[in-house]
Amino acid sequence: MATEAQAISSDWGGGRLPYRVGHRKLGMWLFIMSDSLTFSALLIAYAYARASNVWPTPFKFYPSIVFSSVMTLVLLSSSLTMVMAVLASAHGQKSKARKWILATALLGVTFIVLHMIEWRHLISEGLTPFKLPAEWAEKWPGASPLFGATFFGITGMHMFHVATGCIYLLIVSGRVNKLKHEDVEISGLYWHFVDLVWMFVFPMIYLLSIDMTK
Amino acid sequence: MTGHAETEEHFAGSTKLFISIWIWLLLLTGFEVFLGYIQLPVIYMLVILMGASIIKAALIVAYFMHLRFERLNLILTIVPALVICICLMLLVFFPDSFRARNLRSPAPAQPAAEKKTRVE
Repeated sequence: MATEAQAISSDWGGGRLPYRVGHRKLGMWLFIMSDSLTFSALLIAYAYARASNVWPTPFKFYPSIVFSSVMTLVLLSSSLTMVMAVLASAHGQKSKARKWILATALLGVTFIVLHMIEWRHLISEGLTPFKLPAEWAEKWPGASPLFGATFFGITGMHMFHVATGCIYLLIVSGRVNKLKHEDVEISGLYWHFVDLVWMFVFPMIYLLSIDMTK
Repeated sequence: MTGHAETEEHFAGSTKLFISIWIWLLLLTGFEVFLGYIQLPVIYMLVILMGASIIKAALIVAYFMHLRFERLNLILTIVPALVICICLMLLVFFPDSFRARNLRSPAPAQPAAEKKTRVE
């Protein structure tokens, strides 16, 4: 123990816990690194397809942007409830932590429901991954049909992460008495990451595609 | 985690701090939506939105994900590698999107003055 304390007293010392986090937490951080590169690649591919083509900008401020802003608010608030859960867990208040985690999962489900409504609306307009609705094709002549592919691909990938996160959080809330504090913190890391990704998806997919035509 | 008491774990930050971070995130988001409402030209939108998003991401990582309070070597393991990787991807794709744009024929009926980059 003494040698370990010595080893980690310097930022470059090793010891059994070179990063002063458990192996599970380090694993989550490494997963988050690789997952951020996945999302970066998706968003850069979208940016590339968009910059090198005529691209439709179909979202009306009302209702589309207002609707997706509400979704952003829900996700941001879920990050706050999650950090409250971690804080409660740090103070050993397990049942309080469980309530906050459940609130987070509930906000996550709300986000998915809202997103599904959005998807249904676009699909009913005739948007598919490789085809634009006839009305859009007319409004933006020669526009790339890949709008749907990037939209459903990126938001779908994000929604999949939110759904996985909800399941993860439900399991953590059920086992909160058995789990260590650090395990709750790790589920928080994942959840905040999902929120972080949306902070790029929302402006790039929605806010930069506002319909400015009359 | 051997030496820790079961009930009290170290987790820096307070309710007040987290709520203030949340309010900052909301304000930045509100600002972004406002820029969309006034229909700022897309090129300004792009630069300002990506700047705001990087600030928001930094706030989330530093405080909500607690990275600011971790050991320096963990921060240095995670952050620079990611930033360099993303910059390298942009190094190739960002300039080439202009080439691809110029190759496009016939000239588009509506030359949308927009390009997109920078994610973190």
